[in-house]
Amino acid sequence: MSIFTSIKMAMRNIKGNKMRALLTMLGIIIGVSSVITLVSIGQGSSQSVSESINDLGTNLLTVNISNTDIPFTLDDVDKVKEIDGVKNVSPVLSGRVTLKNGKTTSTVSFTGSNASYEDVRNLSISNGRFITDIDMDYRQKVVVLGSDTATTLFGRENPVDQKVLVNGESYRVVGVLASKGGSMGQNSDDTVIIPFSTAQRLLGTTHITQFYAQADSQDTINRTMLMIERNLYEVFGDADSYSVANQQDVMDTMSSVNDTMTMLLGGIASISLLVGGIGIMNIMFVSVTERTKEIGIRKSIGAKRKDILLQFLIEAIVLSALGGIIGVGLGLLATKIYTLATGSVAAYSLSVILASFLFSLAVGVIFGVFPANKASKLNPIQALRFE
Amino acid sequence: MMVEAIIHMRDLIKQYQMGDTTVTALDHASITVKKGDFVSIVGPSGSGKSTLMNIIGCLDHPDSGEYILEGQTVDKMKDYQLATIRNENIGFIFQNFNLLSRLTAVENVELPLIYRGTKAKERREMAMESLKKVGIADRAGHLPHQLSGGQQQRVAIARALVGEPPILLADEPTGALDSQTSKEIMEVLSQLNQQGHTIILITHDPEVAKMGKRMVRISDGKLSEVGMNEHEYLHIH
Repeated sequence: MSIFTSIKMAMRNIKGNKMRALLTMLGIIIGVSSVITLVSIGQGSSQSVSESINDLGTNLLTVNISNTDIPFTLDDVDKVKEIDGVKNVSPVLSGRVTLKNGKTTSTVSFTGSNASYEDVRNLSISNGRFITDIDMDYRQKVVVLGSDTATTLFGRENPVDQKVLVNGESYRVVGVLASKGGSMGQNSDDTVIIPFSTAQRLLGTTHITQFYAQADSQDTINRTMLMIERNLYEVFGDADSYSVANQQDVMDTMSSVNDTMTMLLGGIASISLLVGGIGIMNIMFVSVTERTKEIGIRKSIGAKRKDILLQFLIEAIVLSALGGIIGVGLGLLATKIYTLATGSVAAYSLSVILASFLFSLAVGVIFGVFPANKASKLNPIQALRFE
Repeated sequence: MMVEAIIHMRDLIKQYQMGDTTVTALDHASITVKKGDFVSIVGPSGSGKSTLMNIIGCLDHPDSGEYILEGQTVDKMKDYQLATIRNENIGFIFQNFNLLSRLTAVENVELPLIYRGTKAKERREMAMESLKKVGIADRAGHLPHQLSGGQQQRVAIARALVGEPPILLADEPTGALDSQTSKEIMEVLSQLNQQGHTIILITHDPEVAKMGKRMVRISDGKLSEVGMNEHEYLHIH
């Protein structure tokens, strides 16, 4: 008997019992679609994380200062800038502020920093200008708006040179940032940037707890990092008071966390695929028992063991393949819905789609063999007598 | 004139173990069936009838003895070889028709050809031809449950015929039919015999058995040819 005839026969049997076929396939459908959805979302998020970290520039060092007993001042930051191999430094202060323009209010995160911050964080201005050194020196009440914040407060109006209330005080808008999109649960477009000195006054603090240092190039970053660490050790006399983090380290950590998550999700989903396979095996066993008489008839007419084995095996494979195809469709659909609903990115990977489909096929073969073998071994005389 | 023997069985023994006792279903059974013959095998239930039929139909092996079918010694063949023998040499006709309920009449008739590897188009033509022979071509597209018992049995006969096997093996073919339909089915079988098909009919009913040209009685696993006189006697009564 040809394979084609066998597949046609299997399709007929499946069509003859649609509800059961659907329920049998359900495990495979859920398994395949969840593997695809979860892995796509996981890979999408790790991709966007590494992209956003790359956006910051891989020659960026983040310095956090945990010791507040010894004041770390702008002068100290300037000394770091003197170090050979350091291109720029930007002290940062951040928190949340309430903005108000007329009747529109909005609470957003703010960052206080200096003129270098634009370069250090790879920001770009779409309108107006960035903060300048003069703004720093004179503690100017000027503000640069993120693109979303600008739209929220001013709509389609040009916000540059307009007044906005920041925590009740009047600030002048000097520029608007170009849109960068969000990542890691942060929307970098919904933010404002003010001069560092102004931010210190706003928060009533003189300490610096964090600053960015930009190295001349990525090649020398490790040496620069050591130099900064040595400089900080001189200031604090204690290596626990500060930490210097390399962007690459952060990226490696993030992507390894993400990879683990993706593996975990994929693993859990694969288990549901396996459970789906057991479902198929179960139904195939029931089907063999139900069709004992049919097997007897076919054998009496001249079907060989091989023919019966193939018939049931192909039926199991067709079931799991159908389930796999539906699962792939459903998985892509679910991923699409997720990305549309949350605005995040998903990375479809052809290899994952193919792998989960092939896995479902393999599940059909592995779990179809046992029932098919049972069917093929039935004694025709006893099978014919079965009612 | 020498007519060649299609079936030649000698000293067949088949025993079953039923708990502690051994039941001898066939006890040195011997029979020869010639081409074009119409043999009725009669016997009450428990006489070894079914066992004999299973062995003639190559569904079972004898414990000992010789069975030559169409010149091939089949008593020691492997299961897969027997499957081929069944497919090519035997056309089964069952008491309960044994049609596959999900397949239409013509698809049921095609089944033996599917296992023989015949091409789809040729298969359909042969199946339709076979249905025509038993006078039921107009119901080719019907499912078994849409057909009456007699019609289903005709489809089953068409299925047995389609591969042109040398032997038609009918096991109580009228057992599930009323007397009028039984008569029609027996007529179909008689006609097929007149067209040259060799038929072995197994039944417990002497009325049905007398349709055969020859009658063999089976009791306690032993076969005995029923003499012409007794045959005539059965015809009269």
